[in-house]
Amino acid sequence: MKHLITVAILVVLGTLGVHAGLGTLGLLPEQASLQAIAVDKLLDVHLWLISFLFSLIVMTLAYSLAVFRRRKGETGEGAHMEGNTTLEIFWTMIPLLAVVFLAFIGAASLGEIRRIDPSALQVNVLAGQWYWQYQYPEYGIVSTELYLPVDRQVNLQMTSNDVIHSFWVPEFRVKQDLVPGQTTELRVTPNMVGEFRVLCAELCGTSHAYMESAVFVVTEEDFAAWVESQQSTAEVDPLLLGQQLVQRYGCTACHSIDGSQRTGPTWAGVFESVIPLADGTTIIADREYLIQSIINPNLHIVEGYNPNVMPSFASVLDQTQVEAIASYLETLK
Amino acid sequence: MKKFFALGLVRGLSWEIIGTALGIGFVTLVRLLIGLPAWKAEPAVVFGALLGALFFLVGVGAVDDWFKWAVGRETGEHFDDSHPGWRRYFGASLDHKVIGIQYLVLSLILMSVGGLFALIFRTELAEVQMQFLTLNQYNTLMSLHGMVMIVSILLGIAAYMNYLVPLLIGARDMAFPRLNAFSFWIAVPAGLILLSSLFLGGFDTGWTGYPPLSARAPLGMQMFFLGVSLAGFSSIFGGLNILATVIRLRAPGMTPFKMPIFVWAALATSLISLTATQLIGLSFQMVMLQRLFGMGFFDPAKGGNPVLFQHLFWFYSHPAVYVFVLPGLGLISELLPVFVRKPLFGYRWVAMSSLGIALVGFLVWGHHMFTSGMAEYLRVPFMYSTLLVAVPTGVKFFSWVGTVWRGKITFETPMLFLLASIVVFLLGGLTGPPNATVSTDLHLHDTYYIVGHFHDTMFGGYIFPFFAALYFWFPKMTGKRLNERLGQLQFWLITPSFVVLSLWMMRVGLLGMRRRIADYDAALGFEASHLVMTVAGFLIGLSLIVFFINVWYSLKKGPPAIGNLWNSRSPEWQVASPMPVHNYDQPFEVVGEPYDYGLPGSQYIRFKGEK
Repeated sequence: MKHLITVAILVVLGTLGVHAGLGTLGLLPEQASLQAIAVDKLLDVHLWLISFLFSLIVMTLAYSLAVFRRRKGETGEGAHMEGNTTLEIFWTMIPLLAVVFLAFIGAASLGEIRRIDPSALQVNVLAGQWYWQYQYPEYGIVSTELYLPVDRQVNLQMTSNDVIHSFWVPEFRVKQDLVPGQTTELRVTPNMVGEFRVLCAELCGTSHAYMESAVFVVTEEDFAAWVESQQSTAEVDPLLLGQQLVQRYGCTACHSIDGSQRTGPTWAGVFESVIPLADGTTIIADREYLIQSIINPNLHIVEGYNPNVMPSFASVLDQTQVEAIASYLETLK
Repeated sequence: MKKFFALGLVRGLSWEIIGTALGIGFVTLVRLLIGLPAWKAEPAVVFGALLGALFFLVGVGAVDDWFKWAVGRETGEHFDDSHPGWRRYFGASLDHKVIGIQYLVLSLILMSVGGLFALIFRTELAEVQMQFLTLNQYNTLMSLHGMVMIVSILLGIAAYMNYLVPLLIGARDMAFPRLNAFSFWIAVPAGLILLSSLFLGGFDTGWTGYPPLSARAPLGMQMFFLGVSLAGFSSIFGGLNILATVIRLRAPGMTPFKMPIFVWAALATSLISLTATQLIGLSFQMVMLQRLFGMGFFDPAKGGNPVLFQHLFWFYSHPAVYVFVLPGLGLISELLPVFVRKPLFGYRWVAMSSLGIALVGFLVWGHHMFTSGMAEYLRVPFMYSTLLVAVPTGVKFFSWVGTVWRGKITFETPMLFLLASIVVFLLGGLTGPPNATVSTDLHLHDTYYIVGHFHDTMFGGYIFPFFAALYFWFPKMTGKRLNERLGQLQFWLITPSFVVLSLWMMRVGLLGMRRRIADYDAALGFEASHLVMTVAGFLIGLSLIVFFINVWYSLKKGPPAIGNLWNSRSPEWQVASPMPVHNYDQPFEVVGEPYDYGLPGSQYIRFKGEK
C-alpha cells in the first residue's frame, strides 16, 4: 500500500510537471483564425491526457526499477503474480470510455471548424507545379497572393492543375489537399491582421519545398482598396507583365534566359531561331510556336528533351497573359 | 575461383545479370518486329528487372526442388549440406535457423544503407538552403530512406519469426521449408531492384508513391514499385508459413494459451501480412500499368481517381505498421519476465491484445486521408476506429508495468533495450491520438510531428526490441556472447540521442515544419533545431558502428555461451548453443505455464525420457 501511495503522488506531480513544461515550450505558431482556436482547445485536452498517461506509466516503471531492483548479493525470484482479471477489466474499460469521450469531443471540434457561413467570401484556388493562384469570382480578380478580409469566413474552392498539392497556413491550423479532377473545400475565418505564408504540405515533386505564397489578412477597408487597385491594373505594359508572370510562375527554374542548360530549353535567342525537334523535323520559333509551347507544351518536343515534363498553362493563364509572355520572350537575345 | 562461383549468392547474381540483359533484349526485339522505334527505356528495363529477379531465384537454387518434383525426381529433406561453416549462409538452405540469420544479416545491411541515406539528407537539412544535394537528389534519398527501412524492418521481423518460432514451439523446422527459402531469396533481387532506382533517375514521391506524381516521376519510380511488389511476396509467403507452422507443428501439450507470447505476436503479424500485403502490391502495380500501357486508373483525364490509390495503399500500409511493431511488442512481453523474474502479468490479455490490434488495424486506414479529399462523412467513423486501437495497446503497457512491479529486476543490455522500447513506444503511442481526432490532425498532417510520432513507434516497436532480442539470442545463434560493455555503450549512445531527435521533430512540426521538404525558410527559425537533430542522427549512426564492432569483436574473442545464460524457462535455452542442426535431439512435451518464474518446483517443458 505504501508503494501505491508513493506512486500515486509521483504520477500527480509528473502530470502537472509535464503539462506545465509543454506549456512553457511554446508549441504552436500564432493563432490567426477561429478554426485555430478550436483546434488548439482540443490539442490541450490531448496534452493533458499525454501528460497523465506518460507519468502514469513512466513513474510506475521508474519507481519499480528503483525499489524492486535486485540488490547486491540478493538471490531468489520476484513475487509470483500471474495477473488480476478485475484489474484487466478495469484498465480495458477506462481507456475504452476515454477514447469514446475523446472521439465525441473530436467530432464536436470537427463540426466547429467546418461550420459554414453562407456569406463567406469565395476564392477559387488553383495549384500547380509549383505555384499558387487565387481567383476571386465576385470581383473578377486573379492573383498569386491571397488577400483576405479579417473576421470574414473565406470559402476556398480548390483544385490542382497537375499532381496533388495541399493548402496549409500554419497560423490557420487547418489543411486540405488539392486533387486534380476534383474540387475540394476549405473554410477559414482569419481573425488577426497580418502576413502569413501558404505552404504546400503534400510532396509535389522537385521544387515542393519552395511552393509557398503570401497571405495578407487585412482590414475590410484595406481589402476594398486592394480589390480596386487590382481591377484597375488592366492596362499594363505587356513586356513588363510578361516579365512579371515569368517570375511569378517560376518558369525560369527550368528555362534559362542566359543560354545555360536547365531542365527545359533555354529562352536566350529563341525567337525566330530554327529549332530541331525530337521527331527529326525542324520548326521556326515564331510567335505562334511560342504561344503553342505555353498552352500545349507536348505539341512540339525539342530534340534532347522529354515530353510531359512541362505542364500546360492553358487553364492557368488567360489570352492576354500568354500574349504578354510571348512578347517578353521575343525580346530575349 | 571455382569455390567462389559455387556460392549460391554469386551464381544468383550472375544469373540475374543475364536475365536482365535477356529481358531488355527481348522487349527491344519485340518492338522492332512490330515496327515501333526499337529502344524505349521504361518497358525494356522493367521487363529486364522482372526477368532478372526470376533468373536470380533459379541461379541461387531456391526453386531447384520444385523443378525436380515437376519432372518426378525425389529430393532429400534438406539441400546438399556440403557447404560447412559460414559458406552455407551464402546459398540456398532449408534450415530455418540459417534462413533466420540470412534474413537478419540482409536486414542489417539494408538498415545501414537506409540509415546512411538519412544521415546524408539530415546533413543537408542542418543549414537552410541547399548545400551539397540537388532538390531531386534530396527527394530520392528521402524517399528511398523510407522504403529501404520498411523492407529492412520486414526482413528483421522475418528473421526473428523464422529463427524463433520453430524453436519456441519445439518444431524441427518450418511447415514449408522450400517456400521459406524462396521467401528469403526473393527479397535479395527485390532489394537490389529497389536500390537501383537511385541510378535510374531516382524518384520524388516519398515512400507512399502517390499518383499523379508517381505517374510522371523518372524511371527510378518503376524500380521502386517493382522492388516493393517483389518484396511483398516475401511477406505473404512468410506469413503463410508462420501460420501453418504455429497451427500444425506445436509440441505435444502446447495448447494455445501455453504458447510463448512471442508466438502469439507472430501469429497476429502473419495474419496481417498474409491478407493485406496484396493491396500495396496491387496499388503499385496499377501505377506501373498506368505508366507502361496508359491504363488511366488514377488519371482524372481518363476518368481515373487519384484518391482511389490512397485507399488501396493505406489499406495495407496502415496494418503494415502493426506488422512492424507487433513482433517487437511480443519480444518485450517475451523477455521482460526473464529479467524481472516474475510471470508475464495477464498473459491471456496480452495474447488477445495482439489479435485485437491486428483486427482493429484493418479498420483505420482512413486516418491517413483526413485531408485527402475523400468523402467528408468518412472522417468521423475513421476517428472512432482509430482511437479504438488505444485500448488493446493500453492493455500491453499496463501488463508490462504489472510485470515489472515487485520483481527482482536486473539490468543487462537486453533489459536496458527493453526498458527503452517501452518508454519510446509509449511516446509514439501517446502522440498518436492527436492525429486521430480530425481537427487536430488537420494541423499535424504532413508535418514533422508525424515524422517524430512514427519514428517513435518504429524505434520503440522495432529497433529497440530488435537489439534487445539480438543481445539476448546472439549467443544462441553463434555460440558467443556479445560484449556487455560495448552493449551498454551502444545503448547509452542511441537512446538519449533518439529521444532528443524525435521530440525535436515533433516540436518543429507543431510550429510549422512540413515533412519531405529539402529546404526550409530561415525566417521560421528552425536552423538550431535542425542542427540538434542532425547531431542526434549522427550519434545514432555512431551507436550502430559500436554495435558492428561488438559483433565482430565478440565473434572473434567473445566468451563461449555455455548453458542457460539468462536463466530462462524457454525450451531453446535448455539445450546447447549454438542450436543443433535439427533443433531438439529429444522432443519435448509442455507440462506447465511458460512464465512461472518465482513458483517453486514449476516446470514448463519436459524432454522425452526425462522425469
